[in-house]
Amino acid sequence: MSNLFDLAVTVNRVRYERAVEPHILLSDFLRHDIGLTGTHVGCEHGVCGACTVLFDGQPVRSCLLFAVQTHGHEVTTVEGLGTIDNLHPIQEAFHEAHGLQCGFCTPGILTTLVPFLEQNPNPSEAEIRAAISGNLCRCTGYQHIVDAVKLAAEKMRA
Amino acid sequence: MFKVMKTQSNPSLIGSRVPRSDARAKVCGTEKFIADYSLPGMLHVAVIRSPVPCGELRGSNRQYLETLPGVVATVFAEDIPGENCVPIVWRDMPALATGKAKYAGEPVGLIGAETAEAARRALAMAKLDIHPLQAVTDPEKARDNDALKVYGEDNVFSHLVIRRGNIEKAFAEAAAVVEGTYRTPYQEHAYLEPQGMLAIPEGDGSITVMGSMQCPFYVQSAVATVLGLPLAKVRVIQAATGGAFGGKEDVPSLVATQAALIAWKTGRPARLIYSREEDIISMSKRHPAVIHYRSAADSAGRLLAVEADYILDGGAYATLSPVVLWRSIVHSVGPYRCPNVKVDARAVATNRVPCGAFRGFGSPQILFAVECQMDQLAAKLGVEPAEIRRRNLLAVGDATATGQILKNSVGSLETLEKALAAAGVAPSKEAGEGRRAGRGMSTIFYGMGLGAGGVHLARTGATVQILQDGSAIFSVGTTEMGQGMRTVLGQIVAEELGIAFNCVHMTPTDTSRVPDSGPTVASRSTTMSGNALLRACAPLRETLLHVAAGILEAESANLVLTQGKVETRGTNPPRAVELQKVIDECFRRRECLASEGWYRTEGTTFDRATGQGDAYVAYAWATNIVDIEVDTETGVVEVMRIVAAHDVGRAVNLSGVEGQIEGGTVQGMGYALLEEILCQDGIIQNSEFGLYHIPTAEDAPKIEPIVVEKPFDGGPFGAKGFGEQPLMGIAPAIANAVADAIGIRFSELPITPERVLAALNSKTAI
Repeated sequence: MSNLFDLAVTVNRVRYERAVEPHILLSDFLRHDIGLTGTHVGCEHGVCGACTVLFDGQPVRSCLLFAVQTHGHEVTTVEGLGTIDNLHPIQEAFHEAHGLQCGFCTPGILTTLVPFLEQNPNPSEAEIRAAISGNLCRCTGYQHIVDAVKLAAEKMRA
Repeated sequence: MFKVMKTQSNPSLIGSRVPRSDARAKVCGTEKFIADYSLPGMLHVAVIRSPVPCGELRGSNRQYLETLPGVVATVFAEDIPGENCVPIVWRDMPALATGKAKYAGEPVGLIGAETAEAARRALAMAKLDIHPLQAVTDPEKARDNDALKVYGEDNVFSHLVIRRGNIEKAFAEAAAVVEGTYRTPYQEHAYLEPQGMLAIPEGDGSITVMGSMQCPFYVQSAVATVLGLPLAKVRVIQAATGGAFGGKEDVPSLVATQAALIAWKTGRPARLIYSREEDIISMSKRHPAVIHYRSAADSAGRLLAVEADYILDGGAYATLSPVVLWRSIVHSVGPYRCPNVKVDARAVATNRVPCGAFRGFGSPQILFAVECQMDQLAAKLGVEPAEIRRRNLLAVGDATATGQILKNSVGSLETLEKALAAAGVAPSKEAGEGRRAGRGMSTIFYGMGLGAGGVHLARTGATVQILQDGSAIFSVGTTEMGQGMRTVLGQIVAEELGIAFNCVHMTPTDTSRVPDSGPTVASRSTTMSGNALLRACAPLRETLLHVAAGILEAESANLVLTQGKVETRGTNPPRAVELQKVIDECFRRRECLASEGWYRTEGTTFDRATGQGDAYVAYAWATNIVDIEVDTETGVVEVMRIVAAHDVGRAVNLSGVEGQIEGGTVQGMGYALLEEILCQDGIIQNSEFGLYHIPTAEDAPKIEPIVVEKPFDGGPFGAKGFGEQPLMGIAPAIANAVADAIGIRFSELPITPERVLAALNSKTAI
């Protein structure tokens, strides 16, 4: 059973070297092996988007990847965006514009938005809705999220 | 009724858009949900469940399971040290099935293992010796004479009535009568965070339970019952809770017993995080309903009589069904005057998953019927949908269906007029090739708080403490689940004490800090905990003003406490002292700057024989106007726009109120169009998000929230509870819009593309 793989991965600009079992999911590795519990698991089969992280800058479902698939790559989680006293502009916008309620889906939405807003500095409402359509939120009805994304785009353009 | 409305100072936090106090932690991912806690030596729990809707339990392979790698313990019903019961309204539900399993997914045994993986592997090897029995899986047949008995003599958990006036005479004299049968489905809460609990045995024989929940005092009672401990030895702390909507009202009690039993058996901390699949198959849902509804109006469009006979499918155990049923009958005529009412409502027992609380609590089902009926009455009389509502809406001085005379805070008509004005002219029915447009509306109300049906729980406690540096902490017995309570209550405390909002901190809700405050349900947290906090703050204000009076050499009656200072009133120029100096002086004098508040609602009544009484202390009111387009090729109903006007009494946090409106509205849209649990012979077929669809950002329409404020003199700053209301009237407004667009009335939800196409085709065929 223990057929360990020597994984080397950079997470939030920190290099981690861990011996992991090949079937360990990236979401479990992040949450349990290196303690980054900001990545949330909502459905375990790639639908809800709560566990979204950036894999070499692109959003992926961490519940659908094995940790070993990130060997030699870079992963960014919500903890890599900003800190409580130094928020990323997207985090700042979600804070100011009431872009969340329970907050369980929020980390996955924020990570999804990082490359989206970098590539689309002035998105339309339809583009915003399409960008987050793979992230389920049950609390907000999405409207305050959309408002927060518009504010984030404004902040990032400034 | 206590008069606790506050006059407000200016500038005020009340009515502002101050950002949520939990937003920073939530955007950083540092907010800790229960799955984010782990402890040394912690075990992982898996639950062995019945695979059949009804079966005789004859044994298990537990001895074998206990030999598997990593497995530390198993627990079955016979091991339970206390009473095998999860007390909710009644005491009919066991923690672990014994003798007979009554629904597919019912917990039968528990496995505690060193790792989550070992627990899962053992679960895959678990075998129950269970002899399948015939099951009652169709709620419409539950009352048949030959139906097997799931509960009592007749499979009826509860039968509630309203008897008011004389419906026979009214129907005989009516100008228009409309009759229909309405069917509404299960609705899954689909909170993004699955259920989870962590139980920690303490060295002193007590146990601490943390988890995702709405009602810590319910969890405390369940764990104490099952472990045979006094309540005093069970401490329950709420962890950050990732959405609830009623789905974390009663069932977390069951989840907590599962973690607690493994912790008790092993003496080690035990954590249980549900998979989405087991969450969907075994946790509560909105009750499916079958409603026969008949209404009558006179030629002037006045509602004369209502007769309703309906069932809610309660599932295998009573859980919350008796009180869900009660709320539904109080809302069974809608927000209208109606002198003659006869309602018979029954919660029936089936071999299906127990249904419980879900935003609206029995009212969305009956309001779907009520509001579809109103449009049909209007059509029959040749009156506009808005006009028939205008002619019947309850106003101050009117009696509700339960005979309650409304005394104040009735914003019904104002929501109607404001929504109509905002909606403007309806779009043309021709919406391009293959598309038809339509507009629909609903006008509803919501009895705030627990009302007479839950009066024994209608109390709350709070504590407030000012600390030496001028910050303050407060504790309440209600919980934050995303709805924004923590922010709103922080605003109230900051406003009352003159302390900056960001220096006010709410402690996690903890049964050891505040007396049993009842559940966090019924849109009650702002009003109940808000009122308790006002009472807790009052003596602190008094102390601060008294000490400030000494410093300023003034009468304390002539002082006002505003943000960061105390100043004299009526002197020119005003003299002021920094609040921090007053607090320093309080500490120097060893004054007590800690206080408690307690609040209970008074004055609700209900007579079970007639269904008459003052059901709730006050009501929120709403009007929804929905524009949709139907694609006649695909049958897809697209919601273009929803105007939602809500009378909330007073919006303590305007953005928070809008967020409740938007979120509830989109949940209501999912209920109307998308969401369907497929339950075949008592077994749920679509137990994952890939197969149970909730609205995405692209499905959600533009929502225009309108906040109407008719202050309620029993609420803090005039606020009323309303968080459930946004969901409640969306489904009928959408059904009315679809009828407007294509001339077909759907009386069954959800209105899926398949159903629309079938209806269009059969209409064409006719």
